[in-house]
Amino acid sequence: MTTFILFLVVMGIILIAAALYAVIQKDLLYAVLATGVVSLVLSVFFYLLQAPDVAITEAAIGIALTTIIFIITIRNTTRDEDIYSEDLINRFKNKEDA
Amino acid sequence: MLKKIFVWFLLAVLGIALYASFGRAPFGENRVGPTDNPATVSAFYLKNSPEKLQTANSVTAIVVNFRGFDTLGEVTVLFLAATGLASILYRKEDEEGEHLPVRINLPASSIVRTGAKILFPLILLLGIYIFVHGHLTPGGGFQGGSVIATGFLLMFITYRRFGTNHKVMVWLESLSGLAFVLTGLYGLIKYGSFLQNTPDVGHLNDLVSGGLIPLIYIFIGIKVSTELTNVLDTLMNIKPKKR
Amino acid sequence: MKEFQEIFLRYHALLQAAVYGSAVLLILIGLYAVLMKKHLVKIVIGLSIIESGVNLLFVDVGYISNHTAPIFSPGYEHAADKMVDPVPQALVLTAIVIGFATTALALSLVIRLYRHHKTANIEQLKSLRW
Repeated sequence: MTTFILFLVVMGIILIAAALYAVIQKDLLYAVLATGVVSLVLSVFFYLLQAPDVAITEAAIGIALTTIIFIITIRNTTRDEDIYSEDLINRFKNKEDA
Repeated sequence: MLKKIFVWFLLAVLGIALYASFGRAPFGENRVGPTDNPATVSAFYLKNSPEKLQTANSVTAIVVNFRGFDTLGEVTVLFLAATGLASILYRKEDEEGEHLPVRINLPASSIVRTGAKILFPLILLLGIYIFVHGHLTPGGGFQGGSVIATGFLLMFITYRRFGTNHKVMVWLESLSGLAFVLTGLYGLIKYGSFLQNTPDVGHLNDLVSGGLIPLIYIFIGIKVSTELTNVLDTLMNIKPKKR
Repeated sequence: MKEFQEIFLRYHALLQAAVYGSAVLLILIGLYAVLMKKHLVKIVIGLSIIESGVNLLFVDVGYISNHTAPIFSPGYEHAADKMVDPVPQALVLTAIVIGFATTALALSLVIRLYRHHKTANIEQLKSLRW
């Protein structure tokens, strides 16, 4: 019984820490991977709460598929949160060359 | 500055309201009641799933049979999302000529290539197992479909020239969606209401039990897997604009 | 056995705070990202975190102490009195799949907007304002 409570408390702390990191971090690739960690810990949470169907669904959809569609979007837009448009990218590139 | 104060105030009020209102339902309290004399909906489903439908997985029985119409709505929403995604990312100048999309710049190492070739049929087998046994063990159509789509994703990432036949996938997806609706209509014509189950449902924990439930889940499994593979195929083949 | 009951009653408040509190905190963190951040992909990340929090809250409400998963395996056919509530699990199954569909559609809109306006900052997308 006490191991069950300990498990839930530790998982809850990891969940909140990963979610905070996903929102605060400026490099979007790391934020997307933190969202994948939130889904992973959530899947274990669902298993501990005696819901195996929901755990399999969250693991299959939240970890692999959501992360890959976010990464494809980042590839087609910008990677950094502060360098958000094409002329900013060009300005930084020209500054590095010059 | 004013916006920041507003947002923090809103978040505090929302957090306190949510926690206080859900605190009135204490964690772990028995709200289902006795199953011999069902007084709640959950007790009714838990009693009738092994008796009337002879299905071992009661969540499957709820999703496919007791609330089957909501599953039809969900399948429609998935179909709309996949079609909308393909039509938003469509570009007219993509029609001219055939050129290899710039998917990855460096080829994968030989460990990854050999491992992916071995793992791909095993992942497909696992996905098919999950949705065929949806009424006996935890699993079902949506879970098995997602696992199969993840297997296809592994092959898309590892090999540059791996592609699926777009026409075959689209036809498979539409035909399985149509088969789901036709099963419901069969229930309507023969037994009186849409998606009604057959009266002969077999024995508990057999492979063929539960009437129409495993059949419907097989159709949903094929539909979801081909749909998610199409979504990934569309996203992976976004060609950069010709300058 | 009696000691376990006493320990459980004493730590029940902590357990309730851990489980309900983490779900509510997830919703609040996601809402902060949707309201305060400027980059479009960050807003969609916030949306995805809100959906995870709501699904966790649903499954939390359906849990019953010391009961087991609602599957009638061979040997457990008459154990219907000792099972967890199956209705919230069926609802969350649908909700997870629909959440993924929403996120995919929102991201395709983000790609299209970037292609057209060459920027991913919502404060610079001004053509709809009057």
